[in-house]
Amino acid sequence: MQELFQQLANGIAWGSIYALIALGYTMVYGILRLINFAHGDIYMVGAFAAYYLARLLHAGGPEPSPLLAAVVLLGSMAICAALGVAIEYFAYRPVRKSSRLTALITAIGVSLLLENLGIRLFGADPKFFPQLVAPRTITLADGVIVTNHQITVVVISILLMVGLTLFVHRTRTGKAMRAVSFNRDAASLMGIPVNRIITITFAIGSALAAAAGVLVGLTNPKIEPLMGIMPGVKAFVAAVLGGIGSIPGAVIGGLLMGVSEYLVVGYISSTYRDAIAFVILILVLLVKPAGLLGRNVAEKV
Amino acid sequence: MPRKSKSALRALLLLAAVVAGAWALNAGALASLNPYIYRILVLCCLNVILALSLNLVNGITGQFSIGHAGFMAVGAYVSAAFTVYATPRLFGVTAEAGSLAAAGPFIVALVLGGLVAAVAGLLVGLPSMRLRGDYLAIVTLGFGEIIRVAILNIDAVGGARGFAGIPPRTDLAWAAAVAALTFIVLRNLIRSYHGRALLAIREDEIAAEALGVPTTRYKVSAFVVAAFFAGVSGGLFSHYTYLHTNSFTFMKSIEVIVMVVLGGMGSLIGSVLGAFILTALPEMLRFASAERLIIYSILLIVLMISRPQGILGNREISWSGLLTRFRRKRPGEAA
Amino acid sequence: MNGRNMRFRLIALLGLLLAFAAGCAKQSNEIPVGVYGSLTGTTATFGISSKQGIELFMDNVNQAGGVAGTKIHMTVEDDQSKPEEAATAVQKLIDQDGVIAVLGEVASSRSMAAAPICQQAGVPMISPSSTNPKVTELGDYISRVCYIDPFQGMVIAKFARQTLNLSKAAVLRDNKNDYSVGLANYFSESFHAMGGTVVADEAYSEGDQDFKAQLTVIKQKRPEFIVVPGYYTEVALIARQARELGITVPLLGGDGWVSDRLLEIAQDALDGSYFVSHYWEKDENPAIQKFVNDYRARYNSTPDALAALAYDAAGVLVHSLEELNKSDPAAFKSLTGPRNAKQAAARAKLRDYINATKDFPGVTGKITLDAKRNAVKTATFLGIKNRQYEFVAVVEP
Repeated sequence: MQELFQQLANGIAWGSIYALIALGYTMVYGILRLINFAHGDIYMVGAFAAYYLARLLHAGGPEPSPLLAAVVLLGSMAICAALGVAIEYFAYRPVRKSSRLTALITAIGVSLLLENLGIRLFGADPKFFPQLVAPRTITLADGVIVTNHQITVVVISILLMVGLTLFVHRTRTGKAMRAVSFNRDAASLMGIPVNRIITITFAIGSALAAAAGVLVGLTNPKIEPLMGIMPGVKAFVAAVLGGIGSIPGAVIGGLLMGVSEYLVVGYISSTYRDAIAFVILILVLLVKPAGLLGRNVAEKV
Repeated sequence: MPRKSKSALRALLLLAAVVAGAWALNAGALASLNPYIYRILVLCCLNVILALSLNLVNGITGQFSIGHAGFMAVGAYVSAAFTVYATPRLFGVTAEAGSLAAAGPFIVALVLGGLVAAVAGLLVGLPSMRLRGDYLAIVTLGFGEIIRVAILNIDAVGGARGFAGIPPRTDLAWAAAVAALTFIVLRNLIRSYHGRALLAIREDEIAAEALGVPTTRYKVSAFVVAAFFAGVSGGLFSHYTYLHTNSFTFMKSIEVIVMVVLGGMGSLIGSVLGAFILTALPEMLRFASAERLIIYSILLIVLMISRPQGILGNREISWSGLLTRFRRKRPGEAA
Repeated sequence: MNGRNMRFRLIALLGLLLAFAAGCAKQSNEIPVGVYGSLTGTTATFGISSKQGIELFMDNVNQAGGVAGTKIHMTVEDDQSKPEEAATAVQKLIDQDGVIAVLGEVASSRSMAAAPICQQAGVPMISPSSTNPKVTELGDYISRVCYIDPFQGMVIAKFARQTLNLSKAAVLRDNKNDYSVGLANYFSESFHAMGGTVVADEAYSEGDQDFKAQLTVIKQKRPEFIVVPGYYTEVALIARQARELGITVPLLGGDGWVSDRLLEIAQDALDGSYFVSHYWEKDENPAIQKFVNDYRARYNSTPDALAALAYDAAGVLVHSLEELNKSDPAAFKSLTGPRNAKQAAARAKLRDYINATKDFPGVTGKITLDAKRNAVKTATFLGIKNRQYEFVAVVEP
């Protein structure tokens, strides 16, 4: 029993990371119908931005200050928001009117570019991510052990997700986002500045990816230029699983992925950890073709 | 009856011509090219097969598959396992590469690899009854990853250490012949009644359905045919270079998609061109050493922005077409 | 119409130019040596380390005037961490650059893709760090300067069973990495033979960030130690997460652990653990000190095992070139000349000198190649205490 709870606790912490990355995917997809393959790499840039910021501010010393940690987190989110906006402006906007596959390949090109630039600029060897928050283990009831980092991850993730939901549903910009997502042309005719809304979407999505990057650096303090590939793919799966375009769907999909990976390792076999995500996905899609919370849009004739 | 035997004869003649042509090409290449260029040509041919077959799904039928490397892996491992484990028992002692005695078992291995890949294609194609667009894409991606993880866990084919001891069988003659046959088969398929149905699905699936085209069956068939050829390409690959799952990552699927899109979706000649360019381009960029992939990715983005429909769009090049173009152009150029 | 034509012409012209530039063979009085490795892709960090190790050695040689006055010209090709690319890269090195010897790969799968090409062309290939026994079975032109998996697996088992007197092992292997899988298999085999039991065998994939699921399973089986035969890139995180889960038993590993990043990332999580190394950083041996200091000065980081092995692979090659020059200067001279029968004979001679390497004083130990062209070396066990390495034992082959 203790083992089960231990696996569940760690699975939820790990799933929160997937959920954070999946949120960015789902937002961009909802608005542009574009699978932003570079999203996982923005997560990587987020981790590296925080790494350099922390070194610049000497935030990783033996006596870490929570204030500096917050500065590093926000700084990295800002840097990635700018990066996301730049990528959208220079690479995605020119192909927005082209076919979906063209846009996809452009996204893949951006992803490759970020990875290889990362290798060139940051070096291919893994870096130690400074300890922004001193690590501490906490024993819960029944011998289940978690770290304060994991709790931080879950708390920050929840805060960001709630904030995002409120933003999308309670603000004018959020309303405009939903309108653009629903029908871009109609939104444009209603006077909504579509380009600006798309820019904002990219900024927010990239900032969330950066937050995920920093949080991963905090819990698993090793970062490298290719660290975004696998989490990127899995977060995309999580987004599809939950119903792509849906914010609660991304969260549920991410948590489901994290927990199921842990249960597979715990009770089936660790060698199938990477495959299981996809097996679950395929099974869910066969039953619910639009994902768990996705809407089944009627076909237009 | 006579018409049937006539077309059978024509097919046979065509096959003979292809085999002879490929053989001559191989002999010529061996004599005149250094092994490096020769090797790139072989890899080009294998990629041509992949790009052509993926074009059937993505370009012609308008579906969205991003797991082509998975089918290739299935074909590669099945045919390699056949050659290593079954051939010595079924056909006696393993013959020397290039000899006629080796050709028979090799063909069996290739076809078997293709068939098993086709079964995999059927399995992946079935969800396309319910799934569309990106959802289908992610299923194909997932399939590719599942295959890779499964192979890593099969000890008989080497797992993470790679499959050693596969006798080399593939040369330019084999690769070019299969590439040419793939092209001919797919071109005839597209020009046939069935091909029109596939195009109809791409243009407007609902309209096609309304006109009585059994869209599901056609979509699944496209997957099956494409998977078969990808499997054969995999078989050629595994009998050419060291077999390891690292050759069939998600990036490989992406590379093939890029070939198709760069060449022009729906254009077979475009796929051939795309495959050649994208196999040769990284080689040409070798002078840039560590910056090679940076340049490559920038080129990719720039190409997509400047020519989103690919090099050829959806046009085909044919002799008659070239001639008419040429004639039309003449006066324009003089002016 | 015109614009498109122009663009086509430009592209064609560009392609032609590039093909021409690539086709220009090096004509000079230098010895052309090829290096291939994963400068990009999933294992880029290992490929770059290896390249730097070779580069360091060759530049030292050239600064000292080269081999008998002839400098070495190094051409490096990237294989994107893919086996088929490794084969293409080596084919290019041989045919376009006319190299007379090839140094490379870390991953056994990529060495095995390239080795048949070297064998067929009659170009000696020295792998710095491919540990699969099958690599050198591909032909007499193929050799290596590292341990093979059966040896290292046995050494770890022996150390655990006899020196530490432990009998319950858990294995956590990198299922995507041939080195790790090989080591894990041979460790389990030897450990069983010595009367130990493996109570858990779990797997992860290179690049993973999270290992707590596997470690939770291992914890329940209560092993006395955990063998983690992977690379430092993951081992450090594994150690941290094991400690976070309250696992206190020592971890044991192979030479994949060697890197200064290991303790930087693991902090004190690896205290009490042991691993196989080729050398000890504080070794008095001046060659080791020179290597570590030079490397640090040039690349601003401490060398890992891959860099050290690559440095030695270059060393063995240069040493063999010197031997060749001593015994047959004409053959040595032909290595800088055109590719003809005379040079082929010289390369065969060079191969013989490489294969006859005996007690070469490398930084990773005294290297002697056996009949199967595998390096026979002692294994040094290092322990970790208070974030410091300390010498524990030497295990003879």
